[in-house]
Amino acid sequence: MFKFKKIFATDSYIVPLVAILLGLLVGAIVMLIGGYDPIAAYGALFKRVFGSPYDFGEAIREMTPLMLTGLSVAFAFRSGLFNIGADGQVLIGMTAASLIGIKWAGLPMFLLVPLAVIGAGLFGGLWAGIAGYLKAKRGINEVITTIMMNWVALYLANYIVRTFLLIPGQDRSEDIPASLSITFLVSFFDNARIHWGTIIALAAALFFYIYLWKTKQGFEMRAVGLNPHAAEYAGMNVGRNVMKSMFIAGVFAGLAGAGEVLGVFHYQSVFAASPGYGFDGIAVALLGLTHPLGVILAAILYGMLTYGSAGMSFNADVPPELIRIVIGSIIFFIAAQGIVRWVLKPFYFKRKKEKVL
Amino acid sequence: MDVLTLLGQMLNTTLVFSTALIFAALGGIFSERSGVVNIGLEGLMMFGAFAAAVGGYYAQDAGYTDLAPWIGLLCAMAVGMLGSLIHAVASITFKADQTISGTVINFLAAGSTLYLVKLLFEGAGETPLIDGFSVTPIPWLSQIPVLGTGIFSSYPTTYLAIILVIVVYFLLFKTPFGLRLRSVGEHPSAADTLGVNVNRMRYIGVLLSGMLAGMGGATITLTTTGTFAHNTISGQGFIAIAAMIFGKWNPLGAFGAAVFFGFSQAIRNYVQMFGWSQNIPQEFIYMIPYVLTVIVLVSAVGRSSAPSALGQSYDPSKR
Repeated sequence: MFKFKKIFATDSYIVPLVAILLGLLVGAIVMLIGGYDPIAAYGALFKRVFGSPYDFGEAIREMTPLMLTGLSVAFAFRSGLFNIGADGQVLIGMTAASLIGIKWAGLPMFLLVPLAVIGAGLFGGLWAGIAGYLKAKRGINEVITTIMMNWVALYLANYIVRTFLLIPGQDRSEDIPASLSITFLVSFFDNARIHWGTIIALAAALFFYIYLWKTKQGFEMRAVGLNPHAAEYAGMNVGRNVMKSMFIAGVFAGLAGAGEVLGVFHYQSVFAASPGYGFDGIAVALLGLTHPLGVILAAILYGMLTYGSAGMSFNADVPPELIRIVIGSIIFFIAAQGIVRWVLKPFYFKRKKEKVL
Repeated sequence: MDVLTLLGQMLNTTLVFSTALIFAALGGIFSERSGVVNIGLEGLMMFGAFAAAVGGYYAQDAGYTDLAPWIGLLCAMAVGMLGSLIHAVASITFKADQTISGTVINFLAAGSTLYLVKLLFEGAGETPLIDGFSVTPIPWLSQIPVLGTGIFSSYPTTYLAIILVIVVYFLLFKTPFGLRLRSVGEHPSAADTLGVNVNRMRYIGVLLSGMLAGMGGATITLTTTGTFAHNTISGQGFIAIAAMIFGKWNPLGAFGAAVFFGFSQAIRNYVQMFGWSQNIPQEFIYMIPYVLTVIVLVSAVGRSSAPSALGQSYDPSKR
């Protein structure tokens, strides 16, 4: 149903770049209409990201879960599934990491930390796997199940934190002794919360690439994504691929959760509402055209824009919500390439003329 | 409290909770029956909720106190339609991936509504509180036991939603318009051969979905919250999508699913009245609607059948 068209066979670099520029332009126009100074605002955004080592480190921190949830959504997309549930999978990953990190605190760190990370990935994967199983075995639309399971995950995570991990009288868990912080980089970046999750995310992207394009299983998965009926006819087990794909997508999202609690906060809060990682992940996956390299670049862009938007509101008084308009427009222009081509047409025309001359 | 009164009240709460979902799910049906995926219902509801709050506020400010909620509702319909126009242009005219342009709507709605709230109300995080619709019992019918308090003592929007379910059903399955809309979603090239303008029908489907989702969003500001803030619409659009799929893209089915969601949300308010429920952690009570949905899907509904051209942009040259 949600077949993702490979949208840029040609112009693979120009179109996204123009889309980004057009998106920023839309943002500027909206700011002008609101009576703000776009140059000052974008300047403040840029300065916020690159202004100090601390801010730069924090921007990297912001990008990390986006990469992983983006990879999660993108991976599912590649096999024809729409994973709206990355949010819940992140929460389950967080909770698994917190539980292991706190309850098994007696273990030596070199065992405890990997265990917590693996636990997060595993439970995130199993959580997503439920939706995969229901899709494969009962044909139940994964869009509904993942939406429902986001809510179940929210309340389940809160229940576990509240019952097993809570500091009495507060809405957060005890401190987690296991830590993913990269100590020497943390001090280098002025206490910005840099953690190994970023490296895990890059490794996950590499895994994504190698698995899908260099292995037989990956080929099957892409075949199922492109045309499940043809894949089935060719003797592939569509159901098993669906489950596997959801599981791996869930692992990515679960790892994002591990990074957030073990690397950034070092405790887990009780959430009043869904934290929204998964929905950012959808945007990142789409911006990155569901390619692992694209997802990394998209997460960098998205992370910079959202982290910088705080500086924009602080220094130029522009509401930070504006950045969602910018991101929305960029996705719009990447998706609706006809518009970008229309904008580019005069330039192409000129270039062709020069050749003739 | 005697059982009949309790039943009536539960039915009433259920319908109030379901109203917004009914509108939005009906909207989703129009769009998806015409072959256009609409992941953007959440954003469209946000547009509607925002427009209703702002329109209602200015109408009240201008002295039209009685008409204010209706003006708010009209604004929501218009703004919801306008928002869905972006989706229509991107996915129908420019043949963008429909899932993507739906996601764009969610982003643009979240960004632009909050941006405008801050702009219009000097940096405030939410719109000023307004008087929304008030409960309007229907004179004679509200005397019926159970059903009287349950159905006929509700908000005007709830009546409107129930009427619209029947209207949409009739429109989709009993009129030539409905036949054309559905044919465009099932087999666009065949419809084209028979002289149906595919893209025009799809535009109509998407715009109607924007209008209805806008009404759904408006219902929330005009009956429950009274203001629009960042958390006014938090997931209802996605639940409406679930209701639509659950109801198999049929207005009556979607109505049933929406009422089911409303009921499982309402049940949360009533379970706490029973003594034994003290032992259940509140989180598990909150989970009820969502777990129930999955269970019902697994046990009863089974394979869902979407319109067969759903998600495909129509290209006449590939006929």
